[in-house]
Amino acid sequence: MTSLEQIHRSEVAVSVELQTPDMTINIGPQHPSTHGVLRLVARIDGERIEEVEPVIGYMHRGYEKLAEVRTYAQITTLVNRIDWVAGFANEIAFIRAVEALAGIEPTPRAQWIRLILAEMARISSHLVFMSSYPLELGATTPLFHALRERERVLDLIESVTGGRFHPNFNRVGGVKPVAGGGSSTKTASQDLPAGFYEGTRLAVEKVLAVCEDIDSLVTGNELIKARTVGVGVIPADKGIEYGLSGPNLRASGIPFDLRKHEAILPYDEVDFDVAWAETGDCYDRYVVRLEEIRQSCRIVLQAIDKVPSGPLQAKVPRVLKVPKGQAYVRNENPKGEFGYYVISEGGRIPYRLKIRSTSFSNLSILPWVLKGALVPDLVAIMGSLDFVLGDVDR
Amino acid sequence: MSDPWTTGWFWADTVIKVAAVLAIMLPGALALIYAEVKVSAHMQHRVGPYYAGGRFGWAQPLADGLKFIQKEDLVPSAADGLVFRLAPYVVIMSTLATFVVIPFGPDLVVRDLDLGAFYLLAISSLSTLGVLMAGWASANKYSLIGGLRAAGQLIAYELPLLLAVVAVVVQAGTMSLPGIVDAQAETVFTVGGFDVALPFILKGQIIGFTIFLIAAVAELSRIPFDMPIAESELTMGYLTEYSGLRFTMFFLGEYASMISLAAVAATFYLGGYWLPGVSDSVLNVLGPGVLLAKVGLLCFVFIWIRWTWPRLREDQLQNLAWRWLIPLALVNIVIAGILKVVL
Repeated sequence: MTSLEQIHRSEVAVSVELQTPDMTINIGPQHPSTHGVLRLVARIDGERIEEVEPVIGYMHRGYEKLAEVRTYAQITTLVNRIDWVAGFANEIAFIRAVEALAGIEPTPRAQWIRLILAEMARISSHLVFMSSYPLELGATTPLFHALRERERVLDLIESVTGGRFHPNFNRVGGVKPVAGGGSSTKTASQDLPAGFYEGTRLAVEKVLAVCEDIDSLVTGNELIKARTVGVGVIPADKGIEYGLSGPNLRASGIPFDLRKHEAILPYDEVDFDVAWAETGDCYDRYVVRLEEIRQSCRIVLQAIDKVPSGPLQAKVPRVLKVPKGQAYVRNENPKGEFGYYVISEGGRIPYRLKIRSTSFSNLSILPWVLKGALVPDLVAIMGSLDFVLGDVDR
Repeated sequence: MSDPWTTGWFWADTVIKVAAVLAIMLPGALALIYAEVKVSAHMQHRVGPYYAGGRFGWAQPLADGLKFIQKEDLVPSAADGLVFRLAPYVVIMSTLATFVVIPFGPDLVVRDLDLGAFYLLAISSLSTLGVLMAGWASANKYSLIGGLRAAGQLIAYELPLLLAVVAVVVQAGTMSLPGIVDAQAETVFTVGGFDVALPFILKGQIIGFTIFLIAAVAELSRIPFDMPIAESELTMGYLTEYSGLRFTMFFLGEYASMISLAAVAATFYLGGYWLPGVSDSVLNVLGPGVLLAKVGLLCFVFIWIRWTWPRLREDQLQNLAWRWLIPLALVNIVIAGILKVVL
């Protein structure tokens, strides 16, 4: 080999880009920021993520199968454990689907109470996001502000339903007799617990105040912006392709809200705006949720003035037999579109229940959106999608 | 004071001084841990520790320490045992060693080195070596990433830290820490019979002080620069595999280095032990208290920052360091040079 060749070869060797082997890192199933038992198998090159594969199923409880051996009334206790951060909201689409199948119209009063509690569930779910998301970015203090006011909302839900997380409050044709409201389902005297309206007004006031706190702690914070603006951008078309819904899709510039388009509760009688943003980055997803808290407060304030008097429960046969048929009913849950596909072959139990859970679809975009992101961005993006593992695995 | 190097009292003298440093440092670190839990609690509408020790939860750091001692002492089987065991001591030793040159009073200094500032910066960088050792030896991917982040961070913040100190050295005309304090005690002008002396922060070093504080937070790996630990990303970074007494060493080391960096900042910028209008003999008694008060103030700022802000990203720290802090620090040196000539 001539010396010229040697020089040439050494130059070639130098010009070759340094080959660094990728590292496979296992994030989860036990990890501080996976919101439960999600496992991500990530192939990383230094701090850059080459590929991510979410592994789900650690939380699978077989609710769809369990539902096939339970009566309709028993299933509500299952479904409010799906997305446990907003237990009440899960019941609504299911109970509306059963009502549609059975041809039972719920009483107006029950519908309004459902609406109030569903919005409270939205507020509490988004307050959990407001506390956990800054925490994932390293800011610990907003957590305490947000959770303190969420406690007021949960107290109100508890005072009506008897349960903080798992209310199990909806019945076919109406709602359960409220706590302390007497046992009869037919009298008009049944009311919400004493002081509920005043408590709600106070809670709404406090929640709006804590939104201001969060605004000053998080929204305008330069470091938060540095971490979230332009990070994890989901364009509208990609969002639709992957079946995103709820705040995640609205942040991408599509103001699609089932409360406006396909309301199964009397949302057309209250005045509210759909919160949405344009770029679809982590910051927008955060801002949309914060605005939704404010809008929900608006809805709750209007709704408590509009609750009509009357019975809580429509006339329903003692043993509910649902005729043969099928129905798909969806609702705008705090995390997005949440639907139940109920198939009845007649009788007291459903033949099949298919749950279209929000977080499952929202999570499916992870491999696409995390490609090429940095490891710290992984946490920022994952947190901004706001999924709950119980909602992913059912 | 006769020089102990030549008098044969060297060892006795050294042992006494080392014992004195330990006697200040370890309770100091514990007190700081207590301050952190209490201050953060009040910032977050909580009470914080309440029961331990009877009142105000004052014994909580001690109780935590006892708990750590009882924990199982785990060395992962895949770990590099020797390096793994050594790492916490490297960290805590490098921190304690900084106290050799910090003056607590006109005569209260373990060793007045001519190259004090230089020694200080060199020895405090050693703690990153310990962190890197911990990250590498743990045989854990999270630890490794954390350790590498710490190494990357070292390069990013050590330069602005160094350049900020250079400006102080230029202004003081000496690298000896007591000399730097003396330079701040010099009379600048006289108003109505009072000799007015100014600490360096008021003598045009406000930019340098800010740079030093930012770089110090990065050196401490505290929020917003806690990427080597980054709980929500890397579980606990280089600390992931540590438990029991070794974790305690890291933990104490973290708070001890908070005190030491605050003491350094106080000495460089806030006049150290010096108080206006007090004679040297009184300062020998009051000095440690004055210095500790200044240290407490700076530590409060560290705590305040930590519980207010989120974490930056590693590349954003590099951006901040290379594009803002280093050019600013260079400008600061030029300003210090001009002031030195003009004043």
